[in-house]
Amino acid sequence: MAVRAGRALPFPARFARSDAALPLGLLAPTIVFLTLLILIPVAQALLLSFQATEGTLGIEAYRRMVHDVAFADSLRNTLLLLVLVVPVQLVLALAMALLIHSRFPGHGIFLYIFALPLAISDLAAGIVWLSIFADTGYMNSALAGLGLATEPINFLSYENLHLVLLTIIVAESWRATAIVLVILLAGLQLIPREYFEAADLFGASRMKRTLLVVLPMLRPSLQSALIIRTIFAFQTFAVVLALAGRQFPVLSYEAYDWYYNNRNEFIAAAFAALILLMTLTVTVFYLRLLRVKDAEIQR
Amino acid sequence: MTGATATGRRPSLTRRTVVDRVLLYGAATLLGLWTLLPIYLIALAAFGKSLAVYEFPKSFLPTGFSTETMSFFVNSTGVLESVRNSVIVALGTIVLGLSIGTPAGYALARFRFPGRDLFHLAVLSSKMFPIAILSIPLAVTFIGIGLYDTLLGVVIIHSAMVLPFIVIVTAGVFHGVSRELEEAAMTLGTSRFGAFMRVALPLALPGLAAAAIFAFVSSWNEVFAATILTVRERTLPAHVLAGLNQSPLYFKFAGGFFMIIPSFFFIFFMRRYLFNLWGPGR
Repeated sequence: MAVRAGRALPFPARFARSDAALPLGLLAPTIVFLTLLILIPVAQALLLSFQATEGTLGIEAYRRMVHDVAFADSLRNTLLLLVLVVPVQLVLALAMALLIHSRFPGHGIFLYIFALPLAISDLAAGIVWLSIFADTGYMNSALAGLGLATEPINFLSYENLHLVLLTIIVAESWRATAIVLVILLAGLQLIPREYFEAADLFGASRMKRTLLVVLPMLRPSLQSALIIRTIFAFQTFAVVLALAGRQFPVLSYEAYDWYYNNRNEFIAAAFAALILLMTLTVTVFYLRLLRVKDAEIQR
Repeated sequence: MTGATATGRRPSLTRRTVVDRVLLYGAATLLGLWTLLPIYLIALAAFGKSLAVYEFPKSFLPTGFSTETMSFFVNSTGVLESVRNSVIVALGTIVLGLSIGTPAGYALARFRFPGRDLFHLAVLSSKMFPIAILSIPLAVTFIGIGLYDTLLGVVIIHSAMVLPFIVIVTAGVFHGVSRELEEAAMTLGTSRFGAFMRVALPLALPGLAAAAIFAFVSSWNEVFAATILTVRERTLPAHVLAGLNQSPLYFKFAGGFFMIIPSFFFIFFMRRYLFNLWGPGR
């Protein structure tokens, strides 16, 4: 039907002016799937979180969540990881992106190397760094070899929680910098070459050029990178479990633990809802924050 | 003309450009080592003798090559089954994710229709829901309808997870396939469906393959939902995660290395589409 109607039209209009039934039909499976598996589950999770037991509404689950022994620690640790990891990722990724973007001979190989962790899971990344930070691991071997430490350091012991935090920061920075790199590179490619050349022509140093020309124009990409990394930072889970086990609780782990080990889907859903709430809050915050600055620039 | 100093033709290498070059390669090498060294070290641990993981201090050279650790891992109870499960789930995610997402991507690339921007926005924002908030209610639902602890259940949630990415990537892919060719085929008498199958689809195949690899790797790596939704039908990451407390270090190291193998190939196939996946949405 759609085709027959189209045949009377000149070619270019045929695609543009076909009736809405065909595109809607093509979108329908995706719409149904996303509704059934994202929209409804989210609503269901919120509903679960407001039930203490089957069928009764209330904030009992949230009350028990807040009084969970690990609640304060898991909230603090999750926020701590966010605040400490994301800046490291941004700086590392920016350095990598600027290097690749200068298109020096051989930059393709370096892009391949820098992007390798892109497809490494958080669990695998945790295990990779476990081999380095374990008591008899490579870090202690290196320190001993260089004569910097007489005894192995217990990086992953509950007695040294700041060292545990450090190892998680290192592992997360190592794994997830690659995504930030890709986002920033995509943004750099949108900046017209003329801007770089003009800055060079006026004798701007590389540092000045980066700070005054590149960074402001990169703001939309920095914004998406911040949002995406923050969303994932709230979900940090397996990397922590591989390196620190239970001694370093995070929100995702609590959700997992309440469902999997305690079989309480209500409190698990409350933790998940908290993660969602924080995700939304921070996303809106970033969007606002960076938009305000845009307005200032235009003035 | 200004580019001449930047590209630095041999005879005109000034001291400044030499220093620049040294700094550039120095920084790139340093960042490259930061990325590669941990992978080298886990490979070293995975391909050494099992008990070598407890030796101290360790050698940083591949002196004690052995497949003992890897074969211990592969032959441990449950590992082969979990690898098989992981592959089945990842392939299932490709099939389900692409068959649902590709038509939507095609529609986004080819048609202007009311609600197009809204749909685009909905797809983009569905990327941001934490896997925890999806998997806990889905576990409850799946128990009710008999999908709990089945590979199909994991395939379904993994497909939901990758679907937004697949829609965006395939939209980019079909955007790059000239619509004039499809129109030409249609003037020669094929139906629109025929034109899609015989013209657009073959041209889009490399891009669709990239979307498939993305789906495979995302599913292969996913651990939270796979753990929540299964008890016995473990995927590899779920199996390794469940054993984190009890298993010896060498088991974990071998498992860690095993899990990162697909990532060595990922970037080869994905290079052209990386910016579609995480770049600014068009």
